[in-house]
Amino acid sequence: MSRRLLASTAALAAVVLVALLTQAPAAGQTPASATKATTVEKAWTPPHTPDGKPDLQGIWSDNTLTPFERPKGLGAKEFYTDQELAELTKRVRGGRQGEEVEGAELGAANPQAVRYDLELYGFDRTRLRYTSKRTSLVVGPEGVVPPMLPEARARNAARAAALKGHEFDSYEQRPLSERCILMNQIRIPMTPGANEGNLLQIVQGPGYVSLLHETDHSTRVIPTDGRAHVPQNIRQWQGDSVGHWEGNTLVVDTTNFTNQSAYRGSSDKLHLVERFTRAADDTMVYQFTVEDPTTWAKPWSAEIAWTKTKGPVYEWACHEGNTMISTILRGARVEEEAAQKKGK
Amino acid sequence: MRSWLSDSVIAAVTAAVVLLLAGTLGHAQTPAYRAPRTGDGKPNLNGIWQALNTADWDLQGHAAAKGPAPSLGAVFAVPPGLGVVEGDEIPYLPAAAAKKKQNQANWTALDPEAKCYLPGVPRATYLPYPFQIVQSQQNVLISYEYAGAVRIINMGAPTKAPGDSWMGWSNGHWEGETLVVDVTSLMDSTWFDRAGNFHSDALHVVERYTPRSADTLTYEATIEDPKVFSRPWKISMPLYRRVEKDAKLLEYKCVEFAEELLYGSLRKKSSN
Repeated sequence: MSRRLLASTAALAAVVLVALLTQAPAAGQTPASATKATTVEKAWTPPHTPDGKPDLQGIWSDNTLTPFERPKGLGAKEFYTDQELAELTKRVRGGRQGEEVEGAELGAANPQAVRYDLELYGFDRTRLRYTSKRTSLVVGPEGVVPPMLPEARARNAARAAALKGHEFDSYEQRPLSERCILMNQIRIPMTPGANEGNLLQIVQGPGYVSLLHETDHSTRVIPTDGRAHVPQNIRQWQGDSVGHWEGNTLVVDTTNFTNQSAYRGSSDKLHLVERFTRAADDTMVYQFTVEDPTTWAKPWSAEIAWTKTKGPVYEWACHEGNTMISTILRGARVEEEAAQKKGK
Repeated sequence: MRSWLSDSVIAAVTAAVVLLLAGTLGHAQTPAYRAPRTGDGKPNLNGIWQALNTADWDLQGHAAAKGPAPSLGAVFAVPPGLGVVEGDEIPYLPAAAAKKKQNQANWTALDPEAKCYLPGVPRATYLPYPFQIVQSQQNVLISYEYAGAVRIINMGAPTKAPGDSWMGWSNGHWEGETLVVDVTSLMDSTWFDRAGNFHSDALHVVERYTPRSADTLTYEATIEDPKVFSRPWKISMPLYRRVEKDAKLLEYKCVEFAEELLYGSLRKKSSN
């Protein structure tokens, strides 16, 4: 009897854990997430730092096969079954280099990618994996980013039009990533891409959690003492982040972005809420909700299961080795000169 | 009378010697300040810190001087400073001394700081920007406001660098109250200051961070580079806690301020 009870309790715990891993709601859906957060504590107790906070430390990778948006054919299907996931994984791993598989974001295993690390960057296909049962990282029945509001389309179109024909005039017209100011891999919210250097090291001290991206050594030192944001007139490429703990979850709120830090076409009204919850020794559930009433009609959320990985995190000095900007601009000047000579 | 006089002279001399000794000792190492502890019992160095000196202008003592942009008048002129080098001498080998002079003469064109390059160690510490220490058991992270530079100091068993880097490879350990950091694998591309003081890729830095009061640390760095210097030499300075309420590192992505210097000559000439 007691053994049966124990067994069914264990089974229940397992179900709860799986449900949590796969369905933990994204930030913003507060009532639901509050209940689930309590369940996390029961299912798996994360280690704590000496000052009693959940210990999120380690080196994490966000590599996953799960595509950002849901493939069209799947409709409102939010989760794969175990069997479907196993079959998909098998197809991906058995595929040829560069072969597209519907429902899988091959990331670095895509044909254009040039990489130098087998595990991280997908050349070793046996290591490619889905890190959750989600059919897309964007959560909810749609599984896609809501359509952009007309005013946002107009804003972005105007910017693109102003740039047209002037792309090579000066460094100011080059993309922020090329200038080593805001590389795509370090943009927040953090989403996996076909990228190298997608490691994140977390180091915690009393009252602070620091997040260090390998890419361009981009670091956020986030206070968790409940303080307010810096004044609104201080605008930063990565905004201003403040945090607090909700049970075992670190919640980070970011505003004060510049009007050039556009995330998927957003404006400087972007408001980001990120939630970090360790779900197992080697798994971190990273959830985020973005809100920008000048860009989308409603907030939207995504969830990515990160995997613990080994370091070290290398130094990524982007600007120091940037020969790209000068090469591109010099090329453009040489072309102009040649065209001028030809015209005379 | 005489014995009274000599007695009081002896007493006065003794007192002076004692005072002098106490003073010297006090100067050499602040005795017996015990820092508050972290949860795991280590001296707590967490906080936002900043040097308050002119070491980034010149590690050695220097008088005030005209700045690099005379059109700005007294703004950005060189502030004077007593220097932070022990004995005020940097023991350059002869060829290196000549190179230092060249560096200084062409400072604005050559200083990696002007280009917003990562500053290396120890310069990161005394640049005129704050930095933050985030101390955990396994690692100590130092985030510098300047250029978003960052270091991870490994507090476990020492590890070997995978390769040379701008900020080097840091292994740390505790010696009583002091965090001692051994920094190797530094590239030769960084400088020590705006006066052209430099090093090679053989640079080895040992840093010591010692709490000296609730809001000050003593920072010492021993610098060794047999390709450039005839002997190891040492800098030391206090670091001050930024005690403002809600003090915070802000973004200082100086790339955007260095681009005109680096790429301005490649700008498209206006076509009219």
